[in-house]
Amino acid sequence: MSEISHPAPMSRREWLMSDRPQSRLQARLGRAYMTWRRFSANRLAVAGLGIILLLILVAVFADALAPHSPVIGNLAGARLLPPGSEGYLLGTDDQGRDILSRLLHGSRLTLLVIVLVAIIAAPIGLLVGAVSGYAGGWVDAVLMRITDIFLAFPKLVLALAFVAAMGPGIQNAIIAIAITSWPPYARIARAETLTVRNSDYIAAVRLMGASPFRIVLRHVMPMCVSSLIVRVTLDMAGIILTAAGLGFLGLGAQPPLPEWGAMIAAGRRFILDQWWVATMPGIAILVVSLGFNLLGDGLRDALDPRESGQ
Amino acid sequence: MKPMLTVDDLRVSFPTRTGLIEAVRGVSFTLGRERLGIVGESGSGKSQTGRAIMGLTPAHARISASKLNFDGTDLLTAPAKVRRSLRGSRIAMILQDPKYSLNPVMSIGRQIVETLRTHENVGKREARDRAIAMLEAVQIRDAGRVFDLHPHEVSGGMGQRAMIAMMLIAGPELLIADEPTSALDVTVQLDVLRILDKLVAERGMGLIFISHDLRLVSSFCDRVIVMYAGRIVEEIAAGDLANAKHPYTQGLLNCMPTLGTDRHPLPVLDRKPEWAA
Amino acid sequence: MTLPETTQLAGRRRARANGWAGNALRFLVIIVTTYLGLLAVTFFIGRVIPIDPVLAILGDRAPAHVVERTRELLGFNKPLYQQFYIYVRDALTGNFGTSVLTTNPVMADIRRVFPATLELATFGTIIGSLIGVPLGVLAAVKRGSIADQIVRVIGLVGYSVPIFWLALLSLLLFYARLKWVAFPGRIDIVYEYSFTPVTGLYLIDSAWQGQWDVFRDVFRHIILPASLLGYFSLAYISRMTRSFMLNELAQEYIVAARAKGLSESRIIWVHALRNAAVPLVTVIALSYAGLLEGSVLTETVFAWPGLGLYITNSLQNADMNAVLGGTIVIGSVFIAINILSDLLYRTLDPRTRAR
Repeated sequence: MSEISHPAPMSRREWLMSDRPQSRLQARLGRAYMTWRRFSANRLAVAGLGIILLLILVAVFADALAPHSPVIGNLAGARLLPPGSEGYLLGTDDQGRDILSRLLHGSRLTLLVIVLVAIIAAPIGLLVGAVSGYAGGWVDAVLMRITDIFLAFPKLVLALAFVAAMGPGIQNAIIAIAITSWPPYARIARAETLTVRNSDYIAAVRLMGASPFRIVLRHVMPMCVSSLIVRVTLDMAGIILTAAGLGFLGLGAQPPLPEWGAMIAAGRRFILDQWWVATMPGIAILVVSLGFNLLGDGLRDALDPRESGQ
Repeated sequence: MKPMLTVDDLRVSFPTRTGLIEAVRGVSFTLGRERLGIVGESGSGKSQTGRAIMGLTPAHARISASKLNFDGTDLLTAPAKVRRSLRGSRIAMILQDPKYSLNPVMSIGRQIVETLRTHENVGKREARDRAIAMLEAVQIRDAGRVFDLHPHEVSGGMGQRAMIAMMLIAGPELLIADEPTSALDVTVQLDVLRILDKLVAERGMGLIFISHDLRLVSSFCDRVIVMYAGRIVEEIAAGDLANAKHPYTQGLLNCMPTLGTDRHPLPVLDRKPEWAA
Repeated sequence: MTLPETTQLAGRRRARANGWAGNALRFLVIIVTTYLGLLAVTFFIGRVIPIDPVLAILGDRAPAHVVERTRELLGFNKPLYQQFYIYVRDALTGNFGTSVLTTNPVMADIRRVFPATLELATFGTIIGSLIGVPLGVLAAVKRGSIADQIVRVIGLVGYSVPIFWLALLSLLLFYARLKWVAFPGRIDIVYEYSFTPVTGLYLIDSAWQGQWDVFRDVFRHIILPASLLGYFSLAYISRMTRSFMLNELAQEYIVAARAKGLSESRIIWVHALRNAAVPLVTVIALSYAGLLEGSVLTETVFAWPGLGLYITNSLQNADMNAVLGGTIVIGSVFIAINILSDLLYRTLDPRTRAR
C-alpha cells in the first residue's frame, strides 16, 4: 500500500463521508450526515418529523391561519354546525366557535406543554443521573433510591393529585407532569455516565486538574445528551396524552382556552348527535403524538443502530 | 469408497445495503468417513461453509452450488422438512461456546432428551436413561445430577461435553464441529478434544473440524483444507503440511513461534489480494 | 396513557451474589423506603402545598368555628413532623380520613369500589397479553414483512391515541350505533337488586352463583372498556415481545436448536419464547399496573364505578382525603406488583433462582 492516492477534487458527499476528516467540524458534520442518512431512509420517521415541523409552523402562524376567533363564537347563527358547513371546515362547537380555528390555536398550548416539560424535566434528570453515576457510593445510592421511589409511583394519578392540590390550570399541569417525568431521564443519564466514568479521557481530564464539577458538566453530561434526546422525544407523546387527560378531567387548561383535551371533554355531551365536536380534537392529539412516536423511533434507530434490528 | 458428502462450487452471499458480500465463493470438496479440517482466519468463510451444509444459512442469504449432496440426498433441492429431519439425526453440529449455545432456561437433560425424541419415538423413561448414558459417554461423572442442572451451573468444559452429548445422542453420521474448543480454557481443551476424538472413532463418523488453529487441526484430522477470503487455497493431507505449497498456508505455519530458536523479527502473515481473486 | 418503568425494585442484577437473607433484607428496605416515599409525597401534596389544608378538606364555605375545631381535631395545629408521624401511623392502619363527598371513611369507600377496577384491569390485561404476545412473536419471526408493519402500526397508534377519546368514539359506535354492548355502567339496573356480589368481581360472582343472565349482562358491560384497556396493554406488550423475541432469535442457542432438527414452531414457542418470557413477565406486570392507572380516564367515560371514577369524582369536589387515599392505594398496588413481578422473574430465570 505504498501508493498515495491522487488528490482528486472531492464531492461534498465524499467530503462528508471521509474516513480522515481534516477538522473537528468536518468530523461532526460527517457524523451528522451519516445519522441523517440512516434517519431519512426511514420513511415513517421522516413523516413524523414532518408532522412535528407542521405543528411548529401552525403554532407560529395560528393567527394568520385561523379563519375565526378561537374563543369568541357566533352563538346566534353557527352553533353545532357539521363539518363542511360554509366557512367552517371542521364544523363548530356548542358556542358557535370554529373548531378548526380552535385546533390551530390549541397547537400553541400543546407545544407550550411539551417544551416546558422537556425544559424542566430533562435537565433535572440529567443532573441527578450524572451526579449519581459520577459520584457513586452513598450519593448514588440515595439519589437512585429517590429516583426509584418516584418511578414506582403511578404517574398520572400523582399528577392528578398534584394538580388537585395546587389548583387546576395549565401551569400547574405542566409542573405536575414535569415532576413525575424526570426519573427515567435520571436513570438513562446515570447509565451513560457509568459507561464513560472510567474511560481514559475522563482520567486524562482529571489528571489535568479539572474539578469534579467541571468534569460532570463539560465531559460527562454531553455524552448523555443524545440518548436523552431520543428518550425525551419518545416521551413527548405520553406527555401530550397526560396533558390532554388532565384537560379532559378539567384539571388542565381552563375555558375558554382551546386545549385539545378540554375540547374533547366539552364535546362529550354532544357525542351522540354532534360527533365531530369531540372527534376533531382527538384526531389532532392522535396525529401529533403519533408524529412524536415516529420521530422518536426513527431517532433511536438512527443514533443507535444496534437497536434498530437491521 | 463412495463419498458421504459432496460439495461442488458452493457459494454463499449476503445482500446488504452496500452490495453483495460473498462469504463463500466456490468451495468444493468431498468427504467420506474421515476427518477433514477446515482452517482459515475469521471471515474466511469456513463457518458459513459448515452452516450451508447444515442448512443453517440465514434466510436472507443466497446460496448456490453445482452440487451439494449428502448420502444421495440433494441438499439444495430437498424440502425444508427433509433437511430438518437430517439435522440432528444424521448431520449434527457443535458450536463454539456452550455459554451461548445451550438454552439457558432449559435443563441440560431436557435439551439432550429433546434431540432424541425429535428423531426417535422413545418413551420418557428410556430417553432419560439414554441421555444419562450419553452424558457418561462424554465422561461426565455423576451424570444423573448433571442431567437436572441448568447450563449456567456447569463449567465451560462440562457445558461443551453436554453439547457434544446433545448433538451425538441421535447417532449422526456426519459431525460438523465449529471451533469446538476455542472458547474453552486451555486446560480443558485437550480433554474435550480427546472425548470428541474417541466418539468419532468409535462411531465411525465423518467429521468436519472447523478451526483457525492450523496446528490443532493438523494433529487431529486426516486432511486439511485452507480457506482464504471465501475460497480454498490449498487442500493437503495433514501429514504433508510441511510440504505446503501455498504461501498463505506456509504463512499460517510460520506464525507459530518455536522454542529454542531465535526468530527475529517474527514473521507476519502475508495477505496478497491476488489469492482472493 | 403512560406506562410505568421497570423499576427493578430489588436490584436484580446486584442481588444475585447475596444470599437468601440478604435478598429478603434488601426487599424489606426497598418496600419500606418506597412506601415511606409515597406517603411523604402524598403528605406533601395534601398538607404542604395547600395554603390551608383544613379549607382544602372542608371547602371554603365552612363556618369559622368548624374550621378551628377541625384543625384541632385533625391535629393540624401541631408541628409538621408530628403531623407526618401521625399521618404515617394512620395510613399504615388504613385510615385515610373521611370523605367529604360520601361522608364514609375513605378506606371503606375504596374497599367498595376497588373490585370493579381490579376486574376491569385484569380482564384488560388478559386480553392484551393473549393477543399482544402472539402478535409480537409474529412480528419478530416475520421481521420486515407486511405483518410486522401492521403490528407496528397497531402498536404505534395504541401509544399515540388518547384513551378517553377512543372510549367515547367506541361508545358511539358499539353502543349507540351498533347496539352491541350495554349502556355505560357495570350492570343493568334490573339486576342491581337480584344479584348479590360476594367478591365484588361480578363476572366471577355471577358465574359462581350460576346466574348466567347476570353474567351475560355483566359481560356486555365490561367487554368494551376491557377491550379498550386491552388495546393499550397490547400496544405495549406486542412491541416489547417483538424486541425480546428478536433478541432471543439472534442467540446461538437458537442455531443449536435448529442444528438439533427441531421444528420452527418448537424453536419459536418453546425455546425463544420461554427465554423471552423472563423479561416479558415484568412487562406484563407493568402494563397491568398501567391499566390500573389508566382506569382513571376510562372509568370516567364508561361510568364504571371503580377507583378511577371515585378519584375523579372526588377531584371535582375537592375531596382531598379521598384523592390522596386513592393515590396511596394505587401506589401501594404498584409497589406490590413490582415486587411480585420481581419474584416471578426470579422463579422463571434459573440463573437468578435461589438455590
